[in-house]
Amino acid sequence: MTQVVSTTYTADEMMAVAAARRLQDGTVCFVGIGLPSRAANLARATHAPGCVLVYESGTIGAKPSHLPLSIGDGELAETADAVVSVPEIFGYWLQGGRIDVGFLGAAQIDRFGNLNSTVIGDYDRPRVRLPGAGGAPEIAAWCRETFVMLNQSPRTFVEQLDFRTTAGAGVGGAGVTCVVTDLGVLERDGSGELTLTELHPEATADQAREATGWDLRVADSLRIGAPPADVELDALRALRPASGETSAA
Amino acid sequence: MAEIVPLREAVAELVHDGETVALEGFTHLIPHAAGHELVRQGRRELTLVRMTPDVVYDQLIGMGCARKLVFSWGGNPGVGSLHRLRDAVENDWPSPLELEEHSHAGMAAAYAAGATRLPFGVVRGYAGTDLAERTRVAVITCPFTGEDVAAVPAIRPDVGIVHGQRADHAGNVQLWGISGVQKEVVLASTRSLVTVEEVVPELDPRPGAIVLPGWTITAVSVVPGGALPSYAHGYYDRDNDFYVRWDEISRDRDRFRSWMHSHVLANGSSP
Repeated sequence: MTQVVSTTYTADEMMAVAAARRLQDGTVCFVGIGLPSRAANLARATHAPGCVLVYESGTIGAKPSHLPLSIGDGELAETADAVVSVPEIFGYWLQGGRIDVGFLGAAQIDRFGNLNSTVIGDYDRPRVRLPGAGGAPEIAAWCRETFVMLNQSPRTFVEQLDFRTTAGAGVGGAGVTCVVTDLGVLERDGSGELTLTELHPEATADQAREATGWDLRVADSLRIGAPPADVELDALRALRPASGETSAA
Repeated sequence: MAEIVPLREAVAELVHDGETVALEGFTHLIPHAAGHELVRQGRRELTLVRMTPDVVYDQLIGMGCARKLVFSWGGNPGVGSLHRLRDAVENDWPSPLELEEHSHAGMAAAYAAGATRLPFGVVRGYAGTDLAERTRVAVITCPFTGEDVAAVPAIRPDVGIVHGQRADHAGNVQLWGISGVQKEVVLASTRSLVTVEEVVPELDPRPGAIVLPGWTITAVSVVPGGALPSYAHGYYDRDNDFYVRWDEISRDRDRFRSWMHSHVLANGSSP
């Protein structure tokens, strides 16, 4: 297969593309703002038009034409199949086990996919107070699987979390199965530990090791991911928030 | 039945220093004007409850209205940190702020329990997290299946405040679009205030609308634009640019105070 390949793209675009490729048509995704929303909307705009986007604001089956700034932008409600209350979205839909893939970000991750989005430093006297749990603990617990998206560095990939906001192991599903970073993709193996299984073009395993605060496992059969194709980049860039435009509901 | 009264009067009568107050609105219909009235009337020592404390709680906290915050996600959505919340937690400025934090699922269940007048809500949550030790949850066992679940204490604010699109002259309130926990917080609270965009003679049906009967509400105040910079579906859009600008305005203590003086305190009272 030959595809036209773009020569210039950003690390964020590569991350969105790598995550989007992992979503199959018809997948029901619980989406947060930022990279997850870009990835899921990209999948919907390209190979997975039947991808169902569920935002925690209670919008089920949202079809935004532009990326929303917040999880509760009006366009999400206007284009949704259903709009439900917050107790319902976290009850019937999330804890009820109706979501295939959850997406999360975090400030820190450990080798087992546990996440911190609460504090850096001591809880009672934090150096940095982060936003907190939001939907994360129950997303990781109850989605069939959860993808994490964050940049890889010794500050984010840590031996010991300052606070465990979210358990990576999952309860009703497989928990964190996949971590997409600016360098590549890590997957949790049978032991529950993250293993580097794929590198983005031009990234190296040594770079990934240096950007990891523990002794990183690297798969024997390390794959090299394809760079974003033009069709992917065009679709991704067309999603950018366009101010002044009304939605095509 | 809900009385239709000016906002200043409603806040003066309903909200007192030291009480537990919940302003809700999940990104949509956030009662900003009512929050500003709390600042103008100089409320102190409040326990502020809100799933997603964003700009309006950053303002209340930075102006010294709060003693404690009960919440599940405190950030500027799509933008970053809440600098006044962080300054209060990290540096006790302008005063120390006690935190009680939950997950969204936990807090949503706690509101639903409050509305039901149950003592606690039940969540399949908190397992394997450090949150459990830091907040008010307990593991209980289902008497029928033996399954372990988490119990979160019901939220029952002294005052619940939300914004809705419109009311009729009897104080029945109709709101639509993303409805968050609007209904739950009004029904969970001892007293409630709903600000609305307008009063209309008749509430004709809207797809997906919920109606809060006037007899469940203490006071209704007509405040057009009362949700800005958040939005009121069908009336005006979210001012996304303002949320981005707030990052800069709120970063510096002096700039924050000066902004609050010229945009909130000097504004007199809303109608």
